[in-house]
Amino acid sequence: MKKVIEGSMAVALAVKACRPHVISAYPITPQTHIVENLSQMVADGELKSEFVNVESEFSAASVILGASATGARAYSTTTAQGLLLMTEVLFNIAGLRLPVSLTCANRAISAPINIWCDHQDAMTVRDSGWIQLYAEDCQEAADMQLQAFKIGENPEIMLPVMVNMDGFILTHAFEPIELLDQKMADEYLPPYKPEIFLTTKNPVTFGILAEPQYYAESRYRLEEAIKASKPVIEEAASEFKRIFGRYSGGLVDKYKLDGAKTALVGMGSVVGTMREVVDEMNSHGQKSGLLKIRTYRPFPKEAIYDALKDVDNIIVMEKAISLGLGGILLNELKSIFQGKKKQPRISGFIIGLGGRDIPTQSIINAVKKVESETIEDEFIDLRTELIGAGK
Amino acid sequence: MNETTSTKKKEPIEESQVAPGHRACAGCGELLAARLVMNAAGKNVIATCATGCLEVVSSAYPQSAWKMPWIHSLFENPTAVASGVEAALKALGRENEANIIAQGGDGSTADIGIGCLSGMLERGHNVLYVCYDNEAYMNTGVQRSGLTPFEASTTTAPSGKISWGKTTDKKPMPEIAAAHGIPYVATASVGYYADLQKKVKKALTIKGPKYIQIHCPCPLGWIHDPALTIKVAQVAVQTGLIPIFEMENGVITSVRKIVKKRPVEDYLKLQGRFRHLLKKSGGEDEVKRIQAIADQNIEKYHLI
Ligand SMILES: Cc1ncc(C[n+]2csc(CCOP(=O)(O)OP(=O)(O)O)c2C)c(N)n1
Ligand SMILES: [Mg+2]
Repeated sequence: MKKVIEGSMAVALAVKACRPHVISAYPITPQTHIVENLSQMVADGELKSEFVNVESEFSAASVILGASATGARAYSTTTAQGLLLMTEVLFNIAGLRLPVSLTCANRAISAPINIWCDHQDAMTVRDSGWIQLYAEDCQEAADMQLQAFKIGENPEIMLPVMVNMDGFILTHAFEPIELLDQKMADEYLPPYKPEIFLTTKNPVTFGILAEPQYYAESRYRLEEAIKASKPVIEEAASEFKRIFGRYSGGLVDKYKLDGAKTALVGMGSVVGTMREVVDEMNSHGQKSGLLKIRTYRPFPKEAIYDALKDVDNIIVMEKAISLGLGGILLNELKSIFQGKKKQPRISGFIIGLGGRDIPTQSIINAVKKVESETIEDEFIDLRTELIGAGK
Repeated sequence: MNETTSTKKKEPIEESQVAPGHRACAGCGELLAARLVMNAAGKNVIATCATGCLEVVSSAYPQSAWKMPWIHSLFENPTAVASGVEAALKALGRENEANIIAQGGDGSTADIGIGCLSGMLERGHNVLYVCYDNEAYMNTGVQRSGLTPFEASTTTAPSGKISWGKTTDKKPMPEIAAAHGIPYVATASVGYYADLQKKVKKALTIKGPKYIQIHCPCPLGWIHDPALTIKVAQVAVQTGLIPIFEMENGVITSVRKIVKKRPVEDYLKLQGRFRHLLKKSGGEDEVKRIQAIADQNIEKYHLI
């Protein structure tokens, strides 16, 4: 059944369908509607979760950590400053191998303070050991929520999963959404039954001190697990399709890449605009395609290479920057082609920071620019009058 | 040692909920306190623990001193993690499985973890919080904390040519905890183990958040003979510097009376961290200020 609802409600309903035992979150724009919706569901008795109203995101992350370690399915949601405040706990959760899940309503990082969308928050914690999925639309954000627990709770994986959805652009968008049927959700996502958890029936010690002779092995196992999640992420999407009839997950999504000379690469809602550009280019005889990165961590190197190995020109559009290096995705993408026979030209643009609108024409202009030269780390649509003369 | 030696007679070591063989220093008051707490609490416990000496000496892989299910996450969050444990037990219908005990040092409790602690107390979780107060960040090398006493010398607030050490006194954590309107707050000392264990047992009969702060000498940080841990703890109480009391629903319901009041010098002279007060000229005036703190405590809590 399709219904026009807000993205935040779509996610809240998806979370409800996951039957989390414990939810803990702290309000921050633009994530607020998700927590408010969940709170109301609990208040109305529609959702039987323990909702722990904490005093900070640091505690929210710690609460779901404790709950998960006790054998519960646990969920949180945040963004930007809240995600950064959680950072220490995020790394800890992954190190403890606790398959919690979190929706990040992606937003820019202060200073200057800005509540609108970019990907600097989640991309900054890319090395935390969390699996990171990026949704293009509200339906994907909802569907991926179910997949998140499915992936993370796989006994071979046991990792936390972050579902990223663009703040405001998706969280506050009203779209027709296919609601998740509870019976189908239950079939897809069985109850969480961890092997090891805090119980007096089988006392275990969590959170050990690992000295130099043990630490590296623990990190190695973590790296092995997150790499091993690649096929599990694909399977979770296929299984989802089997039950719900839609494929809305996986590592990457290819659009018109067969025979394409130029490929655009992006993550999140901007992909929709990029798709329009690709269509327009093709209508002018420029053979082009699009690669949507759905799974950012683990970084799907093989799938990306496979999708882009025959193109001449790659253009990465990203909503974050590693200050002092440049485009993060750009540099990661370039590393994939290291040592390969065919070397495409790889350009990168920084777009949409702090919620700056991204008109189709801006992307078209950027694509035109790189027809003959490689451009790296150019900020699209900078207002030259604000950054000084001569620029 | 004197009147209160070890608990060996009553609790055979193999029955102890905190196993021997951990890496604590000789005479460690904190480990002694933890063992007393856990043995009083008995078998049905799930414990959380902050980063700090207690965690470091007890949980180095592949060994663990903890016989109960136990989790260490970070320095700030044993309380928030315990909140999650409690919520999970409720949601899973396992509420009656265990008492939850969250543990932290004074640095975790009074400084970096005070936000998480306050949140747990305010939300009313059914958790016993235990603060092991050894009056400094011992794990990282005796740095000042909010519970370091007035004019003790620590490595970050040392005595020096123009310094007497810490310029402020202990943060009133028991009162801060009680101000949350929680049902039970108590202070205790490893110097008085029976009282300590009685309070743990009592706390666990009460539903809601409970806070117990235990004064634990640290021979390394306080610079005293490791054989004197119990004595140092007892003398602290006998001077009035460490008042021992219970507060139920915000009202003081019991205090440990001082039978024979001792001057604060008796306490200070046992420890190197106060040596500068007794050696440097002008120190007598500072000792008087410390005596005034003890006297205020005696008056405030009716210790005599
Ligand atoms: C966020 C963070 N800051 C600092 C530290 C370093 N650190 C670890 S334990 C500790 C002091 C612990 O002091 P306390 O809580 O009093 O426990 P004690 O070791 O004295 O028992 C410090 C500063 C840390 N682990 N995490
Ligand atoms: Mg300490």
